[in-house]
Amino acid sequence: MTAALRFDPIRLPEKCEQLRKEVRAFLAEEIAAGTFDPHKPNREDTDAPEFSRRVGAKGWLGMTWPKKYGGQERSFLERYVVTEEMRVANAPTRRFFVADRQSGPVLLKYAPEHIKMEILPRICRGEVCFAIGMSEPNSGSDLFAAKTRATKTDGGYLINGTKIWTSSAHIADYMIAIFRTSPPTKENRRHGLTQFLVKMKQPGIKVNPIGQITGQYEFNEVVFTDHFIPDDHVLGEVDGAWKQATSELAYERSGPERFLETYYVLTELVRAVGPNPDTRSAEGIGRLVAQLHTMRRMSVSVAGMLEAGKEPVVEASIVKDIGTVWEQQLPHRVRDLAAFVEETATNRETLERQLDFAIKTAPKLTIQGGTTEVLRGIIARGLGLR
Amino acid sequence: MAESDNIVVETAEKIFADLADPQTINNDKKGAWQAPLWQALSEVGLPLSWVPDELGGSGASLADGFALLNAAGRFAVAVPLAETMLAGWLLAQAKIASPEGEMTVLPASPKDRISLDADGSLSGRARGVPFAKAAKHFAVLAHGKDGVAIALVDASKARIESGLNVGYDHSDTVTLDKVQPVTLKPAPKGVDQTHLMLMGGVARSLQIAGALESMLDISVRYSNERVAFEKKISKFQAVQHNLARLAGESAAALAAATSAADAIANAKVFDDEVYLEAASAKIRCAEAAEKGGAIAHQVHGAIGFTIEHILHRYSLRALAWRDDFGSESHWAVELGKLVANRGADELWPLVASR
Repeated sequence: MTAALRFDPIRLPEKCEQLRKEVRAFLAEEIAAGTFDPHKPNREDTDAPEFSRRVGAKGWLGMTWPKKYGGQERSFLERYVVTEEMRVANAPTRRFFVADRQSGPVLLKYAPEHIKMEILPRICRGEVCFAIGMSEPNSGSDLFAAKTRATKTDGGYLINGTKIWTSSAHIADYMIAIFRTSPPTKENRRHGLTQFLVKMKQPGIKVNPIGQITGQYEFNEVVFTDHFIPDDHVLGEVDGAWKQATSELAYERSGPERFLETYYVLTELVRAVGPNPDTRSAEGIGRLVAQLHTMRRMSVSVAGMLEAGKEPVVEASIVKDIGTVWEQQLPHRVRDLAAFVEETATNRETLERQLDFAIKTAPKLTIQGGTTEVLRGIIARGLGLR
Repeated sequence: MAESDNIVVETAEKIFADLADPQTINNDKKGAWQAPLWQALSEVGLPLSWVPDELGGSGASLADGFALLNAAGRFAVAVPLAETMLAGWLLAQAKIASPEGEMTVLPASPKDRISLDADGSLSGRARGVPFAKAAKHFAVLAHGKDGVAIALVDASKARIESGLNVGYDHSDTVTLDKVQPVTLKPAPKGVDQTHLMLMGGVARSLQIAGALESMLDISVRYSNERVAFEKKISKFQAVQHNLARLAGESAAALAAATSAADAIANAKVFDDEVYLEAASAKIRCAEAAEKGGAIAHQVHGAIGFTIEHILHRYSLRALAWRDDFGSESHWAVELGKLVANRGADELWPLVASR
C-alpha cells in the first residue's frame, strides 16, 4: 500500500538547466525594461498582454503540445522549469497561465479538430486568456451540486445560471465550464454534467468583479442569461464531464505554483537578515529552506510521474496539501523572524510591504484548486479508508 | 511493505521478516532475538555493505546501502547495522580494512571532538554514541595538528558510560584517554567531521522514513479494525484526515531522505548542493517523526501507549534517531547560516539546482 506513496528522486535533465538559464535571462531583461517589479507581488499590472506575447514568442506556452497546434513537443519537465522560474520572479503570468496549464490540454483531448486548429496556436502565441467555470454559488468543491443549466435547442444549447469565484473572467476570451445537461440519476450522482467551451464577451454573459481581502480584483461572478453555445463547442461526452474534470487535477495540484505563491517573503527575509544571522534567524531560515527543498523534490518527482504517463492523483494531492499549508504558514513564520531584523536593513520597507500582502493572500492558498479537506479525502481514499 | 527490485534490500527484508518480526521482538524483553539476527545479517555481509572487497567488505554501492537502511527502518531493528555500515564506510575512506563484528562511529555529535596527539594517541569524549556498549571496534574521526585522521580503535581500550536513548537503545558516552589506535591514517581531502555527521544524518533520515512508512501501515490497518461508536474508526472523517496527514509526513520524509541518499551516491564532491540535500533530509525527517508519530499514536488510542503494542518500537526509535549525528535544530542553524552567507539572490538558484 505505501508503495503507492514513493516519490523517486527524479533529477531534471541537462536540457532543463539550459532552458532555465534562458528563462532567467529573459526575465532579467523584462525586469530591466520595467515590465514588472519582482519585489511587488501585489502590483496593479498583473494583466500584461504584451508580456504574454513575448513569452509565447519564446516558445514557452503550450510547450508539451503537438507542433501542428503551435506547440513545441517538449517534455513536461521543461515546462516545469519555465513555470517555477516565472513564479519565483513574480512574473505577470495571469493572462496565460490557466490556458497553458489546464484549458489547452482539455481542448487537445476533447475539442473537435477545427477548434483545436483555431485556438491552440493562439494560446501558444500568448494571445488568449482562459477562465475555468467550475464553482457556483453554493457549490465549490461539491461539483455534483452544480445547477447552471445547458438546455438543448436548435444547433446548440442555451445557458442559464451563475458561476462564481472565476479567476480572470473579466479579462478572459474563453471559459471552459461545466453545465448541467441532465439531472443526476439515482445510481450515479456524477451523471448529467457536460463540459463546454464558452466564448466570453458575447450576448448573455455578464461578468461582475468580486473584491478580495488583498485589495485585488481577481475573481468574478459570471451570470449566464440565455447565452447560446453551438453544438461543436461541447467538449467530450455529453453528461460525462465528471471524469474529464477530475483526470486533469494532477496537473493542477502538484506544480511549483502550489508552494511558491508566497515564496518572495523568504528571499526578502534572507536579504534583511544579512550574511551573519543570529542563531534564531539562522534556525528559522534553515527549517524553512529544508521544508521548501523537500516539497520541491516531491513536486519534481510528481512531474516525472506525469512525464512517464502515470496518473499520480494521490501523490499530487499530497504535494498540494503539504505545499499550500506551507506557503500559507510561510508569511507568518517570516513575520516571527522579521521581528528581529535590524531597523537599518536596506530592504526593510520592501519586506514589510510584502508581508502585508502575503499575510492577506495566505487564507486563500488552502482553498483554491481544491480545499485541504477535499484533498485529504482523496488521500484517505488512496489509503483504502473510503 | 514497499516492493523492491534491489537484491541487497530483498536479502535484508527476508532476514528481517524471518528474524526481526516486531511482535516477536516486543515479546522478548531480554533481547535474545538480537544474536541470531546479527549473525544472519553478518553471514551475508550486510553490516560491511559499504566496505570494498579488498578491505574485507561486500562492496555494495552507496545507493544500495542507503536502500538497505530504509528497509531496516521499516522494521525499526535495534541492532548496530547502520552504525557498523557507517564505521566501515569511514574506515574505507582511509583505506583501513574493517574487522569482523559490531562497530560504531565516534564522534556521533557535531559538538564533540576527538583529538589526535603527537604520539599517535587519541583523547576526547563522545556523547550519544549509538551501540557503543555493543561494539567491538570504533571507527574514529580525529583532529590532529596535521589535519583530520581516521582510526580503528579497540573498544575495550575506551571508557564507556552506559546510557539509553528515548527509544530504549544504547546511546553511550565514550571517553578516550590517550588510547593507541589499532590503525591510524590521514583522512582523504574532503572527509571531515561535517561530512561524517551528514552521512550519519542521512542514514538516520532513511531509518526514520522507513519507520514512518510502517507507522502509516499499521495505523491504517488498525483504523480498519477498531470499531467505536458502532463504526470502524477509519470511517470517521477526522480520523481519515489525520491519516492523510500522516501519509503526507511519511511521504515527505521518504522523499527528502531518498533524494539526499541519491545526491550523496552520485556526488563527486561534497558541495553546498549535497549539503542542502543532507541537512534538509535530517531536518525534515525529524519534523516528520514528531508530527507523524503523534498522529500514529492518536489513531491507536490508549492501546498504542502500552508496552505490549508494537507501535512504540517505531515511534520511539524514530524520535530517538532525531538526536544522532546532529539534531534538526543543529542542522537548521547550520543550513540557515549557509543560506544567509550565500545571500538572498542565491537561495532560489541553490534550491533549483537539485
